[in-house]
Amino acid sequence: MNPHQLVFWILSVIAIGGALGVILSRNPVASVLFLIVTFFAVSGHYILLNAQFLAIVNIIVYAGAIMVLFLYVIMLMNLNGDVEPQKSKLLQFAGIISGGILFLVLLAAFKTTQLNTTPINASTSIGLISELGQVLFTRFVFPFEISSILFLSAMVGAVVIGKKD
Amino acid sequence: MLLLTIDWSFIIEKLILISVILGASLGVATYATWGERKVAAWMQDRKGPSRAGPFGLLQPIADGIKLFFKEEIIPTDANRFLFILGPSLAMLTACMASAVVPWGPSIELESGRVIALQVADINIGILYVFGVVSVGVYGIMLGGWASNNKYSLMGSVRAASQAISYELAMGISLIALLMMTGTLSLAEIVNQQHGFWENGWFTWNVAKQPLGFIIFLVCAFAELNRAPFDLPEAESELVAGYHTEYSSMKLGFYLFAEYVNLFISSAILITLFFGGYNFPFMDQVAGSVSPIVFSAICVLVLMTKTIMMILFFMFIRWTIPRFRYDQLMNLGWKSLIPLALVNMLITGAIIIWVLN
Repeated sequence: MNPHQLVFWILSVIAIGGALGVILSRNPVASVLFLIVTFFAVSGHYILLNAQFLAIVNIIVYAGAIMVLFLYVIMLMNLNGDVEPQKSKLLQFAGIISGGILFLVLLAAFKTTQLNTTPINASTSIGLISELGQVLFTRFVFPFEISSILFLSAMVGAVVIGKKD
Repeated sequence: MLLLTIDWSFIIEKLILISVILGASLGVATYATWGERKVAAWMQDRKGPSRAGPFGLLQPIADGIKLFFKEEIIPTDANRFLFILGPSLAMLTACMASAVVPWGPSIELESGRVIALQVADINIGILYVFGVVSVGVYGIMLGGWASNNKYSLMGSVRAASQAISYELAMGISLIALLMMTGTLSLAEIVNQQHGFWENGWFTWNVAKQPLGFIIFLVCAFAELNRAPFDLPEAESELVAGYHTEYSSMKLGFYLFAEYVNLFISSAILITLFFGGYNFPFMDQVAGSVSPIVFSAICVLVLMTKTIMMILFFMFIRWTIPRFRYDQLMNLGWKSLIPLALVNMLITGAIIIWVLN
């Protein structure tokens, strides 16, 4: 086991543990904090793949901005176990069954997949910001521009909704 | 076999560097508290701390000892874990940003080994600083919420919305600078500002991006929660805001983290806009002294510039009154962001039509 693998295993344990914490914790604020931990672990995985830009943008945008807004809303709503509406037994039962079926489908799908263990031969600088910029503005320029128009329309929509009249 | 694959001398070198930088930032921050009180006293025609030691120089140490011996109070209904996590996160993120600042030029030893005076020269240097800053707001938010106090919650909500609003303008003003430098690595940005005057213009970025610098500076004030943007801890409206319920060293951590942030962000401002460790006639100096002495001079130059920046932050704090909350939001969203966008467009136009 080399240091790279050691870091990979540590990060994976943190990521999966954090993801389980999100769905298992009773307190919504704790769930958000676990989600942040998961984002950090995923960013760590990006760094292991030498995708530095992706890693740091993941932290700035998701952990730094979006999760702050989530936390903001949850803190102000002051959710806790007492005010949470209790779901009926029937609904819980239906949830268990549909979750179990989804699990079976996934298991069947993964059972037949062949694991492609040969790593893709990519240059080590593929995730660095200059390479990423080159690719985004040459090969993928059309999807890139489309997604920026999507963001623009979302922004206009947010302003229209947020505007008092 | 795991231990053999690690370059131990590299790790020891970096560990020493990290300890020195952390020690220096904590030391500067300690004396920044003393400096702030002296500056305030000077501007208000008082004497300031003068009892502990000569010129009150032992005052920060006395304050630290006092904070340690104060009674620790955790409110009954507070979330204990998050209540302690808040100040710890504030302190941790304050110290983390120092990792990418280049403190001086690399020293080449006679054995051929090159010692970099920067903990990590990463490809995304300045984005790393943004990442740390955006995580830093959790310290305030968690502390304010975990205290289970309305004023604290209001303070933390204000802090979060202020930080998010001003991060945008800060980022856009920085994009204009990055378009000129063409790199995000702080070491590379400093190298491009070598010396002071070249090809008939200043090499320092402040002369190339004056508007960008002003926007960045205003946003830095807001990110640091310093006057005139210290709304999260407005003592007259919020009873000190997010740290109302904190006592003893946990309060000390919050207050101290602000001074560490002040030092680190001054160093980053100097690195980005005022040439970092570069100074006029540095080539002549480099030719006449040994490399180690030259590096030491460079570090001293960076420190001097940083301390001047800190003093500037202090002068502003004791000169300008606090904004109102709506004024703060209007300034951020309706003035600074459009201004930063215009600055970015002008920079782009100049790069395409003038510099090419």
